[in-house]
Amino acid sequence: MASVFGTAIKRREDPRLITGNGRYTDDVQLPGMLYAAILRSPHAHARIRGINVEKAKRHPGVVAVFTGRDVAGKVAPIPTAWLPPDSNIKTPAHPALAVDSVRYVGDGVAMVVAESRYVARDALELIEVDYEVLPAVVDPEKAMEKGAPAVHEEVPDNVAFHWQAGSDPASAFQDAEVVVRHRFRQQRLIPNAMEPRSAVAQYNAGSGEMTVWVTSQNPHIHRFLLSNILGIPEHKLRIVAVDVGGGFGSKIPCYADEALVALAAKELGRPVKWTEDRRENFLATSHGRDEVIYAELAGKRDGTMLGLRIRMVANMGAYLSTAAPGVPTILFGLITVGPYRIPRAHTEVYGVFTNTTPTDAYRGAGRPEATYVIERMTDLFAREIGMDVVEVRKKNLIPAEEFPYTTALGLQYDSGNYHGALQKALEMVHYEEFRKEQERLRTQGRYIGLGWSTYVEICGLGPSQIAGAVGFQGGLWESAAVRVHPGGKVTVFTGASPHGQGEETTFAQIVADRFGIPVEDVEVVHGDTDRIPMGWGTYGSRATPVGGSALAVAADRILEKARKIAAHMLEVSEEDVEFADGKFQVKGVPTRQVTFQNVVLQAHLAWNLPAGVEPGLEAQAFYDPVNFCYPFGAHACVVEVDVETGQIKVLRYVAVDDCGPVINPMIVEGQVHGGIVQGMGQALWEGAVYDEQGQLVTGSFMDYAMPKARFFPSFETAHTVTPAPHNPLGVKGIGETGTIAATPAVVNAVVDALAPFGVADLEMPLTPEKIWKITHGRDA
Amino acid sequence: MIPASFAYERAQSVREAVELLESHQGEAKVLSGGHSLIPLLKLRLTSPTVLVDIGGIAELKGISAEGDRLVVGALTTHAEVAASPEVRRHLPLLAEAARQVGDLQVRNRGTVGGNIAHADPASDLPAVALALDAVITVEGPAGRSEVPVEDFILGPLLTALGGSDVVVSVAFPIPKGKWKGAYEKYPHPASGYAVAGVAAVIGVDDGGTIRDARVGITGVGDMPYRARDVEAALVGNPATEEVVRRAAERADAEGSFSGDLFASEDYRRHLSKVYTRRALMRSLP
Ligand SMILES: Cc1cc2nc3c(=O)[nH]c(=O)nc-3n(C[C@H](O)[C@H](O)[C@H](O)COP(=O)(O)OP(=O)(O)OC[C@H]3O[C@@H](n4cnc5c(N)ncnc54)[C@H](O)[C@@H]3O)c2cc1C
Repeated sequence: MASVFGTAIKRREDPRLITGNGRYTDDVQLPGMLYAAILRSPHAHARIRGINVEKAKRHPGVVAVFTGRDVAGKVAPIPTAWLPPDSNIKTPAHPALAVDSVRYVGDGVAMVVAESRYVARDALELIEVDYEVLPAVVDPEKAMEKGAPAVHEEVPDNVAFHWQAGSDPASAFQDAEVVVRHRFRQQRLIPNAMEPRSAVAQYNAGSGEMTVWVTSQNPHIHRFLLSNILGIPEHKLRIVAVDVGGGFGSKIPCYADEALVALAAKELGRPVKWTEDRRENFLATSHGRDEVIYAELAGKRDGTMLGLRIRMVANMGAYLSTAAPGVPTILFGLITVGPYRIPRAHTEVYGVFTNTTPTDAYRGAGRPEATYVIERMTDLFAREIGMDVVEVRKKNLIPAEEFPYTTALGLQYDSGNYHGALQKALEMVHYEEFRKEQERLRTQGRYIGLGWSTYVEICGLGPSQIAGAVGFQGGLWESAAVRVHPGGKVTVFTGASPHGQGEETTFAQIVADRFGIPVEDVEVVHGDTDRIPMGWGTYGSRATPVGGSALAVAADRILEKARKIAAHMLEVSEEDVEFADGKFQVKGVPTRQVTFQNVVLQAHLAWNLPAGVEPGLEAQAFYDPVNFCYPFGAHACVVEVDVETGQIKVLRYVAVDDCGPVINPMIVEGQVHGGIVQGMGQALWEGAVYDEQGQLVTGSFMDYAMPKARFFPSFETAHTVTPAPHNPLGVKGIGETGTIAATPAVVNAVVDALAPFGVADLEMPLTPEKIWKITHGRDA
Repeated sequence: MIPASFAYERAQSVREAVELLESHQGEAKVLSGGHSLIPLLKLRLTSPTVLVDIGGIAELKGISAEGDRLVVGALTTHAEVAASPEVRRHLPLLAEAARQVGDLQVRNRGTVGGNIAHADPASDLPAVALALDAVITVEGPAGRSEVPVEDFILGPLLTALGGSDVVVSVAFPIPKGKWKGAYEKYPHPASGYAVAGVAAVIGVDDGGTIRDARVGITGVGDMPYRARDVEAALVGNPATEEVVRRAAERADAEGSFSGDLFASEDYRRHLSKVYTRRALMRSLP
């Protein structure tokens, strides 16, 4: 039987999901269920002078109304679970419902629970809140200025934390022949998972058990946090998140809404459901990015990079969301040098409170920002010294023979062949021909451009010891349990929590490949804390490198035991048995063999097991990686700019990625495509805008431009394969690479196209009017 | 997104729809494809107490050539217009505009009557309707009447329709003689609506002189408009690229321009000229 590892079998999730047979949280229907709706602040900053809920309570069909005061003693403040050390971090209390003050448009003020969703929504309009509107601040740099309104009284300067990494690169700057300085704006993005957030809670007063179905990327983290927030012991709290319709980071956090629904279910003795609408999703689900970055790159005229200094001001929004402080610090600040050999580097990050929706991880989380800055800086540096952008990259990329390579920021890049990926991309792009074509078209008044992004990503989070050292309030290992049934079918239980990435398929491939059985014989179970062993969920492109590795280890434990039984059955010693294609065979004697299924059956019958071998066939593994994974690659984007209107057309997109061995090429390609689309979304269209009063101006799909399929050409993808040396599968993450690489590739391409206009940089998103102003000599 | 509660009525005929609307005294709204009305309901920007669904009224559907005009029933969807052999043969620019409305779902649900009645200043069809001097047939309590589109669209989301009136059809006159037309659109990347949309028609005589020129512009401000300055600069002149180029520069001489987050007033003025030129170039016979 040919190995199923490496084959593009179709995703087994899809028939279920595309025929409406998925089980999303909002699909949960329970007898006697009530519906909650949450009243959200219309003001970015205000004091609550009073709330009158009497009319809402009397509205027919309303069962209960809760205010901040009602829930204060019963629901603990929503915690922050990533506390970077030595950062003087401030975590002002984040009440589940506002008590005295609201701090962003969308902040929860009251909850109505009613017999129907419609009644609950109508009753929100009957709640009277007396607000004293206060001055608001939305820009993170303005929030740091003296005299800016304080988002939290106890943090008068609005600085939530101040974090640093690396050492002072002053000597590099002294030696430099060239220093390039630039300020970058990473605009705020709205994750917009297709499925809005939702929670259903059911409490059994008899047993004290609480079940919460919730849109989560990490059910055990939800259990961990909700247990503390609600005071329900872990063993009485079950979290279920089976089908989750995308998260992109926005379903990592533990939100107040989920805790409130659970409280209501307990207090009212009936199940309660809450599902946000799209407007709430825009306002009350975490946002991404929103940082200002000052970069300084020191180098020599021959193209050598010497030192990098980065200062970031990160907009954290009104509260520190669950994983938020880790994003601009660890996930950005440790990888600002990118794939380059930059001997000295320093990162400094200010996390700042503003009267905006809290930010948290958004696909790539920190690493897109780091890649953007270094890739833009590389182009600016090349421009400054008059060198080709590819030459500068070649000169500074860490050579393959220097791995493992420890960077100036302390990470050890485990493996890589950066020049190899770039070379492949260069061949696909036909670089020299492109430059000639570009020259030719310019003489006709047409402007095409090519942009590069050579990136390295840190993912596969990660060694738990490092998690602890960087303040992550949890472990980052992963679990797997493999249960082989008497007939040879297998159920796999994983602590990873797929929500669109297709691990029900790839994980089955890993196991089927190891056991030599049909992939249909393997079922993958995830997302239910009552069924799966403790795990830390899916984010940071960790599910396959960490969860998949746990699975490989558990599967190998099964094989180890099966081999013992097979040897016993074949009446030879273990060393004389080899396993291939699902069969145990006496070495050199092909006629003497037993199938995997046969051995499995004997393990369960236990009529004649070798001495000291227990019956059954089940194994569990807890896998803690020794290092992160470092996928890398080279992306190139070709655009044409219509200088008359400023419109940008993407003509080509070439992506060469290295995620180690590819388990399922179709799924990997899907991840790459989706990632590129999201990365380009930031470059060209997306951007959340607040007005001075803190109102979200881009509050719907009518104004917030999501990328659409028709905006893109067909992508050209390819791979190089450099296995990760430290995990049993050699795999690295692929879920975020596209988003990380694409944004600077696109911007570099547009800047390249507009070089004849003297353009050195453009602020994202590159909306046509900005371009038009430049090409028509108006100030952008 | 949950609308406030409303009652639902389904009319079997235009007459019944008018009577239902009348009996609810301005509290009722017509529901066609729902692609403009339902978003407004969900955002609670409007809360009629009754919706009168006209979706089942057969007489409001279909496209027919009647003499020198194409009559499009109010309930005809954008997708039907775009695919209609009749429209493609007689008025290809109308098919072109319909094909560019929103996305597939919107084209499959949204209707011509609803589009005109809603009078969104960024809708596509009004530009074509203006360029072709379309006439809207309206049925109200006092019977049927025909209203030229220029008298029908009065402002942003504002029309000559009374509270109990129903749009029955839109008649698009087919230009005579030798002519060509085109619709050029700059879609908003978020909504798909026109940031600028220009419908153009150029008719020439046997000598190649422009005898008829019509330009309808949408998306750039509060209201779609006829660019009569542009038309005047074309008529009587030879149908050449140079003439078009010069005429298109007058696209912003009329119309009320406005800006938003995506495109400023200045930029929209510029776009009106560029898209007018592009539409006219493709309309040169
Ligand atoms: C995402 C999205 C993108 C869109 N993009 C575009 C675009 O690019 N270009 C474009 O032109 N349009 C666009 N639209 C609007 C779309 O074309 C609508 O369908 C159309 O404007 C209204 O038609 P409807 O049948 O849906 O009307 P409805 O939503 O049912 O009604 C709209 C209004 O007109 C009234 N009305 C409807 N029919 C009649 C009638 N026969 N008589 C009297 N009053 C009536 C209703 O009472 C209501 O006030 C878009 C819509 C959406 C949701």
